[in-house]
Amino acid sequence: MSRFRGRRLMACSAILVAAVALTACGSKTGEGATGAGVTADTSGDTVKVGLLNSLSGTMAISEVTVRDSIKLAVEEINAAGGVLGKKIEPISEDGASDWPTFAEKATKLIKEDRVVAVFGCWTSASRKAVKPVFESNKALLFYPVQYEGLEQSPYIFYTGATTNQQIVPGLDYLKAQGKKTVYLVGSDYVFPRTANKIIKAYAAANGMTVLGEDYAPLGSTEFGTITNKVKASKADAVFNTLNGDSNVAFFKEYKSAGLTAATMPVVSVSIAEEEVKSIGTQYLADQLTAWNYYQTTPGAANDKFVKAYKAKFGADKPTSDPMEAAYVSVYLWKAMVEKAKSFDVEKVKAASDGITFDAPEGLVTIDGATQHISKTARIGKIGADGLITEVWNSGQPVKPDPYLKGYPWAAGLS
Amino acid sequence: MTLVLSQFFTGISIGAVLLLIALGLSLTFGQMNVINMAHGEFIMAGAYTTYVLQQVISDAGVSLLIALPIAFAVAGLMGVALEWLLIRRLYTRPLDTLLVTWGVSLILQQVARDIFGTPNVQTRAPDLLTGNVKLFTSADGVELTIANNRLFILLLVVLAIGALTMALRFTSLGRRIRAVVQNRDLAAVSGIPTGRVDRLTFFIGSGLAGIAGVALTLLGPIGPTMGTNIIIDAFLVVVVGGIGQLKGSVIVAFTLGVLQSSVEYLTTLSVAKVIVFVAIVAFLQWRPQGMFTLRTRSLA
Repeated sequence: MSRFRGRRLMACSAILVAAVALTACGSKTGEGATGAGVTADTSGDTVKVGLLNSLSGTMAISEVTVRDSIKLAVEEINAAGGVLGKKIEPISEDGASDWPTFAEKATKLIKEDRVVAVFGCWTSASRKAVKPVFESNKALLFYPVQYEGLEQSPYIFYTGATTNQQIVPGLDYLKAQGKKTVYLVGSDYVFPRTANKIIKAYAAANGMTVLGEDYAPLGSTEFGTITNKVKASKADAVFNTLNGDSNVAFFKEYKSAGLTAATMPVVSVSIAEEEVKSIGTQYLADQLTAWNYYQTTPGAANDKFVKAYKAKFGADKPTSDPMEAAYVSVYLWKAMVEKAKSFDVEKVKAASDGITFDAPEGLVTIDGATQHISKTARIGKIGADGLITEVWNSGQPVKPDPYLKGYPWAAGLS
Repeated sequence: MTLVLSQFFTGISIGAVLLLIALGLSLTFGQMNVINMAHGEFIMAGAYTTYVLQQVISDAGVSLLIALPIAFAVAGLMGVALEWLLIRRLYTRPLDTLLVTWGVSLILQQVARDIFGTPNVQTRAPDLLTGNVKLFTSADGVELTIANNRLFILLLVVLAIGALTMALRFTSLGRRIRAVVQNRDLAAVSGIPTGRVDRLTFFIGSGLAGIAGVALTLLGPIGPTMGTNIIIDAFLVVVVGGIGQLKGSVIVAFTLGVLQSSVEYLTTLSVAKVIVFVAIVAFLQWRPQGMFTLRTRSLA
């Protein structure tokens, strides 16, 4: 009997606690909640934003710098008075280079911290892991890294390049240089495989020949055979979609085999200033990269960004494309919120189309339909000082086309 | 033809790296029945030693040469410490050594992360080792080149095997090691200090891992988990070669290297790994004792 009563008491108190919690939520809720999403807490003088990056593990080398540049943007915005009169409070979480952890931390940021937006993720695997979390909670993610395209989520804003802003211009550049044959080398996961599918479709339509295609597991350091195959193919150029440390082993082997930028140039899409510094310029001299931003990109907005970043994190720290895209994403979010005059996710999204920002890379514009941004494409050459200098640019921002609808040769891709 | 030759050399050089790692394992695992999972972390210690020395000595060639003996000593002393603190208490329980050394390996990885940070680091190779030797150019214009860093590793392996064979065969320490391996109890009653012999064996075996670590810095990045990536392959070499058999390790390491590179050439890296593993499983079904076996009078 007493056990039964105890249980009833517990049930009652549980209901009571739940009711109290609900009212607490209700009183804290900012502007009108829409849908079933968790409503962000905008009741106080500050609003929280989530920073979700790998601060440990194999991706830490790249993602810590992205976190730093998001923090820089937040500080600048706070110093200038915040957003809609509220200061921004960054909550940083470590995704630990582990995709399930990313999903877990995203849920925590949305449900417990009740952030108004999350900035972060790097690998496509981590983005794919958190995508359902943001969609089911109707929360916003700003993703700052170039990726393989063929994706669009109503709750993600993509501020890095999609394929028609990076890979396609890279191929256009090779074609203009008279390169007729290419060899594809990549890491064995979603980004390189999808990117290479696109490259093969491009090559078929543009009179180029793909002589071979090889993948190495992420983290692989044995490139003897791949280099032999590349060398024997006598291709005009190599298109490199290797990620992370494998690049170190690959470029060491490449140089040992007697291959250079003069004999067989490599175009890389995942090596930026930060990675160049750690791979070693002796292995990378004169090789090519395709991005939208370099530390050396001219313009007052970039001078200010580079100066501010170095002042805060050290004079020897380079700035790179994903860092810039992350920095820009915070300002774009601010502009969207100010245009919507609300932190409400649906209102912010509705306000996004046509918003522009004078970014370090040049003027960027949000395309509301795809939630990607227009960016200038740039091909760069790696110098002996570890910095990348532009050798070509698209002249004007390229409109995002994640599904490559504007390219007839890409019709069969999905 | 050129391609076949260059693939063959790639295979030999993969084998050389494997062998350099397996040599130390063959001593500690093969001869002493200790499954040392921390062997990979001794490799890492050797690699980080090279990195630290290069921070101090800017000349890459000089720092690499100095790194060889120092890495040998650093990794060797770590091995001795492991043996003295933990393993000697577990000599009769080989499975427990597996668990204990695995724990040690995790601890060492974390220590490396705390000291050097999570991102991997790199060393600069001396200019001499970044080039290659051109052997000839075939009719269709493909050059056969052999990378200098791979040649250097091959040379290291040859020297290590030579030194180890000489030491085991002609020195009194070598005779004692062989005696302890064949019959520990009989060796002990004959007046051989088995404990000290064990410690010295561990020193040499772990030291060889340190040398392997120095060699690996010429090929790729240095990181806390670099040892775990390669240690499984080295265990395979020791097991397939026959436990405690240097000759077996040598043959198997080069065979696996050439097999790996040929299959990889015909298929892909991932498929090659699978096929090589399947081949090994099949081989062990047919010869569970490995390629060579130790003939011993002890019943153990």
